[in-house]
Amino acid sequence: MNVDQPAQKPIFTKDDFVSSQEVRWCPGCGDYSILATAQRTLAKYNIPREKHVFISGIGCSSRFPYYMNTYGFHTIHGRAPTIASGLKCVAPDLKVWVITGDGDGLSIGGNHLIHCMRRNIDINILLVNNQIYGLTKGQYSPTSEFGKVTKSSPMGSIDYPINALCIALASESTFVARTTDTDPRHMGMILERAMAHKGTSFVEIYQNCIIFNDKAFGPVTGRDTKEDRMVFLEDGKPLIFGKDRNKAIFIKRLQPVTGDYDPVKTYPDILVHQESGVSSHHAYLLTQMRYPEMPVPFGVFRAIERPTYDALLQNQVDQAVKDRGAGDLKKLIYGGQTWRVE
Amino acid sequence: MAMTHSKTITQATAITVRFAGDSGDGMQLTGDQFTDTSAVMGNDFATFPDYPAEIRAPAGTLPGVSSFQIQFSEAIVFTPGDIADVLIAMNPAALKVNLHHVKKSGLIIVNESVFTEPNLRKANYKTNPLNDGTLQDYQVMRVPITELTKNALKEHPLKLTEVERCKNFFALGLMFWLYSRDYEYTFQWIKKKFAKRPEIAEANIAAVKAGYSFGDITEAFNVQYQVKKASLQKGTYRKITGNEALAIGLIAGARLANKTLFYGSYPITPASGILHELSSHKHYDVKTFQAEDEIAAIGTAIGASFGGQIAVTGTSGPGVCLKSEALGLAVMAELPLILIDVQRSGPSTGMPTKTEQTDLLQVLYGRNGESPICVLAPQTPADCFDVAVEAIRIAVKYMTPVAILSEGYLANAAEPWKLPEIEKFEKITVVHPQKTEAEFLPYARDPKTLARPWAIPGTPGLEHRIGGLAKADLTGNVSYDPVNNQKMIQLRAEKIQRIAEDIPALEVRGAKSGQLLVLGWGGTYGAIYQAVDDLDKDSSRIGQAHLKYLCPFPRGLEKIVRSYKKVLVPELNSGQLIMLLRAQFPGVVFEGLNKIQGLPFQVDEIRNKIKGLL
Repeated sequence: MNVDQPAQKPIFTKDDFVSSQEVRWCPGCGDYSILATAQRTLAKYNIPREKHVFISGIGCSSRFPYYMNTYGFHTIHGRAPTIASGLKCVAPDLKVWVITGDGDGLSIGGNHLIHCMRRNIDINILLVNNQIYGLTKGQYSPTSEFGKVTKSSPMGSIDYPINALCIALASESTFVARTTDTDPRHMGMILERAMAHKGTSFVEIYQNCIIFNDKAFGPVTGRDTKEDRMVFLEDGKPLIFGKDRNKAIFIKRLQPVTGDYDPVKTYPDILVHQESGVSSHHAYLLTQMRYPEMPVPFGVFRAIERPTYDALLQNQVDQAVKDRGAGDLKKLIYGGQTWRVE
Repeated sequence: MAMTHSKTITQATAITVRFAGDSGDGMQLTGDQFTDTSAVMGNDFATFPDYPAEIRAPAGTLPGVSSFQIQFSEAIVFTPGDIADVLIAMNPAALKVNLHHVKKSGLIIVNESVFTEPNLRKANYKTNPLNDGTLQDYQVMRVPITELTKNALKEHPLKLTEVERCKNFFALGLMFWLYSRDYEYTFQWIKKKFAKRPEIAEANIAAVKAGYSFGDITEAFNVQYQVKKASLQKGTYRKITGNEALAIGLIAGARLANKTLFYGSYPITPASGILHELSSHKHYDVKTFQAEDEIAAIGTAIGASFGGQIAVTGTSGPGVCLKSEALGLAVMAELPLILIDVQRSGPSTGMPTKTEQTDLLQVLYGRNGESPICVLAPQTPADCFDVAVEAIRIAVKYMTPVAILSEGYLANAAEPWKLPEIEKFEKITVVHPQKTEAEFLPYARDPKTLARPWAIPGTPGLEHRIGGLAKADLTGNVSYDPVNNQKMIQLRAEKIQRIAEDIPALEVRGAKSGQLLVLGWGGTYGAIYQAVDDLDKDSSRIGQAHLKYLCPFPRGLEKIVRSYKKVLVPELNSGQLIMLLRAQFPGVVFEGLNKIQGLPFQVDEIRNKIKGLL
């Protein structure tokens, strides 16, 4: 039985992953949807809950571990990837999750995020992006739009925003995806893909902060607009969108552009998604599709295979034991030049 | 080898030699070889490498000078010697930088070949010190080392630059002759080191021989010295530096606990040697992680500790600053963690390669909130081994971070290490809880140690959450209860204090009461010991005690300090330990001796201070 695939006969239910702690996010917070989806997703696998560890930094979303009936560690601001990395290095059989936000992961903890991904440590990173600092009550974040008026930017933010997925791609992440709190079904599918991936899985989740940045993604993911402004990526398939599935993304002079689509016709310049390209420029191009000029892509941008750091680290230990024998403490102490005094 | 005793042989008890040259001249290597041979010949010794942070400052300049000092003796030695009997200066800059480290009437051997106009200028000499009377108080031996090396290697198929690089071996050979050392050990080492370049090995060996013969033949040297074997305790010895001893001690501690050793670290002088050493011992189930920064280094170690393994992070003072917040997390999470701080001269980047004891207060108090940790300080390079094992024992028994305050001086200095019988070491018992009928309480405490259970992820039925937010007693759930908060802070402080019941009582050497106690900590041990020994061998006016445990203090400290009229506290800082002692033991007369020059104490400095107090 491969426990890394959803079980045919699941032995757990969502409730098995619900902790006794009262959830304390604001009513209507997008985090509820993410929590429930994570719990539902884990219940699909016959992986016992003691094998899961949720590690977070600081921020609203970083309260997540308290609500999961698994092992958990609510650490300090931005550092969750480091603690997760250390844990995974000594306990490779655990399923290690990092829950972070746009401030925690991309501002104070940006360095760790980059290096965790380039090492390809086999953990799953969920970056909950609401484009605002929530827990500190409403300052602009590194993903807030330019000109954003907040408590700390009354005349508008003069910080140009960062694109989470570009950071992931530049960091040579082997799995890069985007989903949204408004679509739990899609989110569940992405979480399953992330779990199945060996290596660092980076998932950006658009999340609504109802108090400080309500409807930030509404123009894209809102009920009335989503079909025209979201495009879902499917490996090997062209990027088609629109309520009537009559629009598609084409490549013109290395730029993605929208155009009419008729399924009976063939289009040499239509953009066909490929997750596993050797280089990341296809995925990078997708990250540049932004509202309002373009529909925004959701799904798996990139999924490639590369040896994981934790496995390579263990391999070196095993190789050293093979080459030199399991270390004999006496030999270590008596190593180098010794002499006797009688 | 053929010893040609053509000259007078004089017995010497202890000799201090200082090798000095350009960073690229191989002075550290030369000193190491001289040390190894002295060790094999049965002398006791202590060494002190003194080198710049610049990897290769411009050749011949003052910042580029690298030095290595060794004291070797037929008696037990405690320091690398205050001041050198002999200086080998490979260029004018080395002479200039090191002249004040040589005693008056001491011997200075200079590489005359390079005392040229341009080199003198680089060393800021306006006139040639060999001729202008600068060295009139010394015995000066002008040896054209570069020329003689070139001559000796005429037949060897090397490039000129390669030939010139052999000159340190000529100098080594000369020193071998002067102190009647056997060169066989160095030959073996050269052959091994240059196994892939036999022509280099042969040239280096020839250079050693040439230097040796030069001493023997030249009329300039008319005395050869001998230093007898020291009466060290019976046993097997090896030469060890503090960083090596820490690394080996950590591996031993993890082994005694039957655990993986995880070392998360970011390269920093003078702690990097620990990372290098550990990364070469992976077959001891050692996992080293070179992190992206200091914070990640401690973060990964905390993760590994959460995962149930022995977790260590090593750094120097600037790195400790960056790790402070994470260290607080380890305090709050009550996880075992070893923090190594190989102290260097500060503040800020300071003098990275120079030693100091200025991080005591930082390690004790440099965190937000009240977050006590256990703090240990090794006394000698070899002591680093014992301290590493002890730190692991305490960390896992009390579920706490333990800091090891080493020093740049200890990290790089070498001494003979009497090898311990590791099979007689007590195992370090670690019990990870398993599920029982009772509800699992992650913050329930052992009634004796106050340690919380170390339940590790993967254990069925013990799923729980920890973190940096204030913890409710027993359950560890997030709590804002004011009374609970105070209780938890007091419990954590009490836990650290209870370690005092579990460590050796402080010992006093010499007078148990009376006029003066000299109380130190860390790497000043050797210099203090020697100073007290020199002054008080026959009388018994002085007591000496040395703190290896800085938090908590060992039992009996108060009684001890109150048994003397005065307590002298020598420290390589402005008075950090003394501040703690004054706060804790009011009424006792504490007197400081403070040095913050990036250099260890000289025995003489402590001796003079003591004399003034008696």
